Amino acid sequence: MKSDEIDHGKRRLLTATATALGGVGAVSVAVPFVASMQPSARAQAAGAPIEIDISALRPGELVVHKWRGKPVWVLHRTEEMLASLKTAEEGLTDPQSAGSEQPDYALNRQRSLKPEYLVLVGVCTHLGCSPKFRPEPGDEEIGADWAGGFLCPCHGGRYDLAGRVFKGTPPPKNMAVPPYMYLSDSRLVIGLEEGEV
Amino acid sequence: MKQIVIAVLVLVWAPLALASGGSATESVDLDLHNKASLQRGAGVFVNYCLSCHSAKFVRYQRIAQDLGLTEEQVVSNLIFSDAKIGDTMTVAAPSEQMETWFGVTPPDLSLAARARGADWIYSYLKGFYADPSRPFGVNNTQLQNAAMPHVLWRLQGVQELVDGHLELSEPGLLSEHEYDELARDLTAFLVYISEPAALVRFSLGVKVVAFLLLLLLVTYLLKREYWKDVH
Amino acid sequence: MSKQSTGLLGWIDQRFPLSKIWNEHLAEYYAPKNFNFWYYFGSLALLVLVIQVITGIFLTMHYKPDANLAFGAVEYIMRDVPGGWIIRYMHSTGASMFFVAVYLHMFRGLLYGSYKAPRELLWIVGMLIYLVLMGEAFMGYLLPWGQMSYWGAKVIINLFGAVPFVGEELALWIRGDFVVGDATLNRFFSLHVIAMPLVLIGLVVVHLLALHETGSNNPDGIEIKKLKDENGIPLDGIPFHPYYTVKDIFGSVAFLVVFAAIMFFAPEMNGYFLEPPNFVAANPMLTPEHIAPVWYFTPFYAILRAIPPVAGSAFPGVLAMGASIAIFFVLPWLDRSPVKSIRYRGGLSRLALTLFVISFVGLGWLGMQPPSDLYTLWSRLLSVVYFGFFLLMPIYTRVDKCKPVPERVTWK
Repeated sequence: MKSDEIDHGKRRLLTATATALGGVGAVSVAVPFVASMQPSARAQAAGAPIEIDISALRPGELVVHKWRGKPVWVLHRTEEMLASLKTAEEGLTDPQSAGSEQPDYALNRQRSLKPEYLVLVGVCTHLGCSPKFRPEPGDEEIGADWAGGFLCPCHGGRYDLAGRVFKGTPPPKNMAVPPYMYLSDSRLVIGLEEGEV
Repeated sequence: MKQIVIAVLVLVWAPLALASGGSATESVDLDLHNKASLQRGAGVFVNYCLSCHSAKFVRYQRIAQDLGLTEEQVVSNLIFSDAKIGDTMTVAAPSEQMETWFGVTPPDLSLAARARGADWIYSYLKGFYADPSRPFGVNNTQLQNAAMPHVLWRLQGVQELVDGHLELSEPGLLSEHEYDELARDLTAFLVYISEPAALVRFSLGVKVVAFLLLLLLVTYLLKREYWKDVH
Repeated sequence: MSKQSTGLLGWIDQRFPLSKIWNEHLAEYYAPKNFNFWYYFGSLALLVLVIQVITGIFLTMHYKPDANLAFGAVEYIMRDVPGGWIIRYMHSTGASMFFVAVYLHMFRGLLYGSYKAPRELLWIVGMLIYLVLMGEAFMGYLLPWGQMSYWGAKVIINLFGAVPFVGEELALWIRGDFVVGDATLNRFFSLHVIAMPLVLIGLVVVHLLALHETGSNNPDGIEIKKLKDENGIPLDGIPFHPYYTVKDIFGSVAFLVVFAAIMFFAPEMNGYFLEPPNFVAANPMLTPEHIAPVWYFTPFYAILRAIPPVAGSAFPGVLAMGASIAIFFVLPWLDRSPVKSIRYRGGLSRLALTLFVISFVGLGWLGMQPPSDLYTLWSRLLSVVYFGFFLLMPIYTRVDKCKPVPERVTWK
């Protein structure tokens, strides 16, 4: 083995080429493995839009539906409930929902397409628990100034009846509004928006 | 010694005989890249097969993707039940009920082509003949005493088994050639659903092997370069 | 050579023998320079092991070891999981390619007497790896829960039932039920994904340590450690790294070309790697028309079928099948030849090895065929040849006329 005969430049070039190509190969092989951990076709089918009939939903009533494995609430708000949204505003962390998640058409005080119907992903933005619906104003457990809203049982997060979080409670932002649209006055579809099929 | 000679002869001959002989399975030439054929096959499948046979691993959505159809086209042309686009191809009738009708539960067809082979399916579709002794009046050359009625008989017509050969005794709505084409389309569709990945497997394989051959060349040069040291 | 490393490596070396391991097993491990084609398969077997472990981990994320869900879970992987079909075909192709590599690796051992002193233990550990690999493959084959999975497992487990006195209880204990069922599937899954791979990896490490203790054999069957230069480096040795690392990388890529071609163009390998009846879900009420094990088990299966039952018991066949594998373990002591490599052995040894290969391949083919009188006759004949290779070895290796072995390896 005489080192003076060795063409080091050629060796380095070949080693670098082989390493680079091998790297490309390794990354390409990793693609299906990484992809396999993405939601499968079955999971995506289970996450397909759902249709909800709201004709039987009485004012003040809330129903829970499952969409993408998460609870989605539809709340039929009364006039009083809607009125409470305005008075609650000064105590809220993000009253304009500027830092929260919702489609543009729900970027308003009611956070909904039609004021009376609230559609919300019922998951606390703090650590993912599902808050409880506590509509009674002045609920003695919560406090006399309670105007009705949602209370997270895990760490005491409080939200108003539009899912907006109150200052001084742990959640960083308002609960999310999912994409949805009306098929008719009494039929809603969740996970699908106007203009998208 | 004589026994051994015979044994050798039989040993050589037997596999050949097995490969060529047996039932009259007709080989079929399929092109899985012919999307029109797969689409026609899908149409035949949902119209004639899916009422009894499920394809429970096959999603409509995947068919739309792979066969170059839009989801609306699939919903309006291929889905007759209340199934959604993301659902798999299941059968409405409960299997116990079908067992009382046919004596057996019609098998799921998701993997029929991988279990039986394309040639068998093609021959089976063409192998029905009139047999009054059977409950539905038909038998099949590929599957003796098949429980299945000949659901395509209006299209094919009625065949009789004469001296081991099938002869058309009553013509159907389609000509023989047209029926063959239909059987081919349906077979192609069944082959496709048995392994949807087959559509991309070959083209991806060509790329992978080409890349590896390039890498092989580089690693060979690398090896040769280093081994110059070894005297 | 013993220069102190500095920086991060130095920091690590004071706490962990990183450089030491690197040098002892790669940079300063001297391997004979005359390795030929047959010497690729050891590293290739290791490569397949890595492929199987990685693909296995990802398949386990989606698979369900439940008799009602298992078959559907495999199809779920093949259709619904993104990239799932690639991972599954890698694993199913890998299973067969593992045996291809291991059989060629073992044949290399037979060819060049790699099992002979001082490498008896290395050979025995290798045989243990082979045994565990057979168990691993057998249990893995049940998991897709197709007809072949089911009936293959049923037949093989029933073999244990042929053991006198305790057989029935033993088979029941293995199954955990009166038939192969959910309990069997669940325990096979556990053994296949945890127990067997752990043992396998452990044995592979032992195998490599034993190899590096004795040093590699070579096609000439010469101990290169006998002739060393003034630095104590074998004259016919070259450092494993970089010479054999670059060579094995080249070999690995060549192997991967074949691997990828099978995986993408013929994953079923015409029914040899994935059998058509296994695309039908397991049905305990209906036996497939013809059941045969996967190709890598068929030589032993043919021996099993070749032995006639004695007094109504299938045990002699089971015993013969067991013996056909167990006899490999004593190979180092059956071989009385003064030389290792076939290159310097006489005609008798060459003839014996040729006949053995013919019997092994022939039995492998016969094991796939449906039973018939003629095939049974052939299986018996080839079984005799198979065992003859081992049992007559002490005689023919002693009377065989060997050629003189050179001092230095044959090179170029």
